[in-house]
Amino acid sequence: MLERAQILDRPALAAGAREEPSALLPCEVRGLCFKAGDKQLIGNIDLTLVAGQVTIILGPNGSGKTLLVRLLHGMIEPSSGEISWGGMPLDEATRKRQAMVFQSPVLLRRSVAANIEFVLNLHDGSKLQTVEEILHMAGLDDKASQPARLLSGGERQRLAMARALATRPDILFLDEPTASLDPASTLAIENIVSLACDRGTKIIFITHDIGQARRLGDEVIFMHHGHILEQSPAKRFFDSPSSTQAQDYLAGRIVL
Amino acid sequence: MYRTSVLKAGIAVAVTVMTLSAPTLAADSIIVQSTTSTQNSGLYKHLLPVFKKKTGIQVNVVAVGTGQAIKNAQNCDGDVLLVHAKASEEKFVKVGYGVKRSDLMYNDFIIVGPPADPAKVGGMKNAAGALKKIAAANALFASRSDNSGTHKKEVRLWKAASVDLKNASGKWYRETGSGMGATLNAGVGMGAYVMTDRATWISYKNKGDYKIQVQGDKNLFNQYGVILVNPKKCPAVKQATGQKFIDWLVSDEGQKTIGDYKLGGKQLFFPNAKKGQS
Amino acid sequence: MQNFAEAFTLAFDLMLSADDDLLEIIGLSLRVSLMAMAISTLIGLPIGAVIGMSRFRGRGATIILLNALMGLPPVVVGLCVYLMLSRAGPMGWMGLLYTPTAMIIAQSILITPIIAALSRQVIEDLHNEYAEQFRSLCVPPGSAIAALLWDARYGLLTVALAGFGRAVAEVGAVIIVGGNIEHLTRVMTTAIALETSKGDLALALALGIVLLSIALLVNAAVMGLRMTATRFSYA
Repeated sequence: MLERAQILDRPALAAGAREEPSALLPCEVRGLCFKAGDKQLIGNIDLTLVAGQVTIILGPNGSGKTLLVRLLHGMIEPSSGEISWGGMPLDEATRKRQAMVFQSPVLLRRSVAANIEFVLNLHDGSKLQTVEEILHMAGLDDKASQPARLLSGGERQRLAMARALATRPDILFLDEPTASLDPASTLAIENIVSLACDRGTKIIFITHDIGQARRLGDEVIFMHHGHILEQSPAKRFFDSPSSTQAQDYLAGRIVL
Repeated sequence: MYRTSVLKAGIAVAVTVMTLSAPTLAADSIIVQSTTSTQNSGLYKHLLPVFKKKTGIQVNVVAVGTGQAIKNAQNCDGDVLLVHAKASEEKFVKVGYGVKRSDLMYNDFIIVGPPADPAKVGGMKNAAGALKKIAAANALFASRSDNSGTHKKEVRLWKAASVDLKNASGKWYRETGSGMGATLNAGVGMGAYVMTDRATWISYKNKGDYKIQVQGDKNLFNQYGVILVNPKKCPAVKQATGQKFIDWLVSDEGQKTIGDYKLGGKQLFFPNAKKGQS
Repeated sequence: MQNFAEAFTLAFDLMLSADDDLLEIIGLSLRVSLMAMAISTLIGLPIGAVIGMSRFRGRGATIILLNALMGLPPVVVGLCVYLMLSRAGPMGWMGLLYTPTAMIIAQSILITPIIAALSRQVIEDLHNEYAEQFRSLCVPPGSAIAALLWDARYGLLTVALAGFGRAVAEVGAVIIVGGNIEHLTRVMTTAIALETSKGDLALALALGIVLLSIALLVNAAVMGLRMTATRFSYA
């Protein structure tokens, strides 16, 4: 496991990099349900997400972590319940200020630079950074003209991160982005996450890596069977989880 | 940069290819609906350059079976009809699709077969008699069965031989439903007797060891006729140009040119237009 | 067997001699089939793209129909086009029968379903891959189609080549609507049919070998273009 000290060795921030908290926050979720057929996959969730924190979502497989994030990002429609971002409905305008990185990155069959350009061209007036700056942040400066699909696993995920951050989103959802990466690549991703966080992007991060959760998390949401069992500051969660399921999960026991 | 130039080169090649050798229907041209035997034997390659040199008219030949040629002409898809089924041709004129029919030339039909000659018809002159023997021997016979001039003649001969083909079809009587060449290919392939016009046979290159078994019957006479498609039925017909072609074909010069065409020293078509008939 | 040996020698001689008549026939074959390919791509590609990336009622049935139409018999297409373009037909006034244009029309009808059905598959596969990311990025439909077409371009090029291959090898339709008229509508396949009917099997085979060589050249040229593009740019 990587030491906390290593993560501090991240790229230096420009002066005053931490920006104004986003107008999209807080995010309010009320009575959120998602059903597939008769099966209730997300059951009656109430949740508030506030600015300026890295929120980690933990929980065993099938607990509904990915579904929750997809609902929050507006990728799928809830069966019932309401989601609002800074008092605004979850519509296209809100969604355009969010970004998401998936476990296995979907890269366009183009060059590394073209993958970034595609996103920059999508939303007019979002060219806050140049392609070079964005690639530099992800440490992909010398790969700009390479085909994106020929990158290594770690590089691919870094590119996906860079692309997600290209438009300076207010919210960044991460769905186990380091699940299949080696420690060095994982560290690189975590550095980018910290950088984005420092720039004022709200991070909502699904992971199974408890070390990673400890390193990055300010707050932890623990999910089980489609419900949120616990939402507490990271330190409190790791020191004294209140639910038996969370205790079992942290202890590496099987949670049923 | 490199990619752009490659792309440009590609487009240039494509455009060149598309415009390259782009023939269009010449202004002074006619379409002749004709039979395969005249084309396959090479007659048109001999005739048309002479005519073009004299008149500048481009003659475009669509070579299909006589039945289809007549159908196409009835759909006004031709200016001149040059086929060999007199009864059908006369009917074509009678119902108003043709202006007038003129005799043009003739040759004859023959029956070819394998050297083993299973029906023992070799050397026979009587066509109907030979067919009767073929039927009696249940020897394979390949028929075009495509409503062509040759097929119509063949059907008449079977009738004269009073052979009922209904039960024979698919047994020893094989209906190919194809052109003369394809039927000869099939016949040679399966060792069947085939009735063909002599011009096609002489120019046909896949004879194998096949031989002419039956010839010389006056019933095997093969008359070709030429008709101008009627502009009253088909306003698009190029009347003057079409008539010019017909006039030349039946003229002394045209008739001589037809008679001059030889393949392997053998004359394929014998001109027999009546003087002053057009 | 002797025919084969003779055919190869003859094919070689034919290609070396660059006989005028042969060049004319090859030129027309390429012109007709490339045009048909271009037209079919213009029509079939958007159809394939739309079906590939949208969900609508009757989509399954549409795909089954499209896939079935890939097996359109050339002779039937030829016959239908003949009936349309014949002087006695509804479009007879245009005087297109027995012209290269008629052949292009027939081949376009024949291969448009092939291009539509195959590009539908190519686009759908890529769409399935991109859909989630595009949804996350709020990519508008127009940009999504453009991105899919561009990123699938090499797959689609292969689709277009499949259409070209079918068109250039097809005889049933062009012989009916073109009439196999010498110096006007005679293409490789109809020339092969003619030589076969004249019993000159070796020459017919030789022409077949020439046709195959041309198809090989066209495919190699496209592949070369693709490889250069890949090497110098994007995969």
